[in-house]
Amino acid sequence: MLPQIIARHEGELLAQWLQEQKANSIHQDSGQEAEARQISSEFLRNLKNSLSSSSDVQGAEFALVRELLADLSRSRGVQGYSPAQTATYIFSFKKPLFAAIKKELGNNAEGLASETWNASELIDKLGLFTMEVHQKTREEVISRQQQEMMELSTPVVKLWSGILALPLIGTLDSERTQVVMESLLQKIVQTGSDIAIIDITGVPTVDTLVAQHLLKTITAARLMGAECIISGIRPQIAQTIVHLGVDLGGVTTKASLADAFAMAIQKRGFTVSKIKSAGLPVAM
Amino acid sequence: MERIPILRMGEFLLVTIQVDMHDQLALTLQDDLTSQINATGARGVLIDISSLEVVDSFIGRMLANMSAMSRVLDAQTVVVGMQPAVAITLVELGMSLEGIRTALNVDKGMDLLRSCLPPRLGEDEEDAAG
Repeated sequence: MLPQIIARHEGELLAQWLQEQKANSIHQDSGQEAEARQISSEFLRNLKNSLSSSSDVQGAEFALVRELLADLSRSRGVQGYSPAQTATYIFSFKKPLFAAIKKELGNNAEGLASETWNASELIDKLGLFTMEVHQKTREEVISRQQQEMMELSTPVVKLWSGILALPLIGTLDSERTQVVMESLLQKIVQTGSDIAIIDITGVPTVDTLVAQHLLKTITAARLMGAECIISGIRPQIAQTIVHLGVDLGGVTTKASLADAFAMAIQKRGFTVSKIKSAGLPVAM
Repeated sequence: MERIPILRMGEFLLVTIQVDMHDQLALTLQDDLTSQINATGARGVLIDISSLEVVDSFIGRMLANMSAMSRVLDAQTVVVGMQPAVAITLVELGMSLEGIRTALNVDKGMDLLRSCLPPRLGEDEEDAAG
């Protein structure tokens, strides 16, 4: 019954549905409204075709309908629409559809009830599907951002031959420390560096756990034959470390990366000096 | 029986661990090393573990013991070429091997050994090497 009802009232349904969408203010601007008009009419056409052969929303016949909804839901998810807004798009179709069913089967109470139930079930399933896709899209966004943060946060840079720097940014937890430790040790082997400077300017807080992670990294580097210098310790952090009673004895600490670098250069047996003729063109 | 070779290089001894250490092998090495230091009067021991990929707490303690024994016999020990995974494992096992000297590779280990040895009184290179 449903496909026939949709087929007979297609134009009417579309017009009323779009009106409903407008009333629920689902679209933010006119561009989206035009897009919605196109998607909605396509959706109606596909729904009619699918319904004529099956009523299983998860089935192969509904692939086109599902794809259409998934695309819409995904794009809404990326644009930052709320799940409710996304789901309302499909739920707002209920009112026009029920009206059409009533018009067709107004006098047949039993038929009216059963068709209304069928229609309601169908729309609910489609709505749930939309929500699921929306949720999945948001989860993908979150996991991608997590991944990016993980990669962003652990660069090991070579400052000089035999001197590495590891600028740490953000809170250190066990998982991150593991990544940091591995990439630092790997780089020490690759470059054959004696000295690694761990700069914690970007680490907002240092508690006993973070300090322990740092000490582990330093010990592992020492076992491999490289020395670590901690730099970028802010005054508050110095106070915290002392108050917590963390023992950083045996670890060289410097206030700034510049100081640590100067010391590292000295340890490698280099000196930095000013060119006497600075300011004049240098003849080579 | 399997043995880990101990090579003499001038006044140093070079131990290269190329196979996975099992406990008996480690004990044999400890015996061999102490007797070699005694026999040759070596002043430095270089243990290269760059091929060692698996360690447990026993091997970690053996390294510490060998270093301590050498020190008693007046020889400095440097452990070189530890792999990152091995270093992480030892740290996680709570073995920081305090008091062991380490270096990245054999080259740097040799430099370290030479720099931390004061020249012996009344001896020069030829005597020590011969």
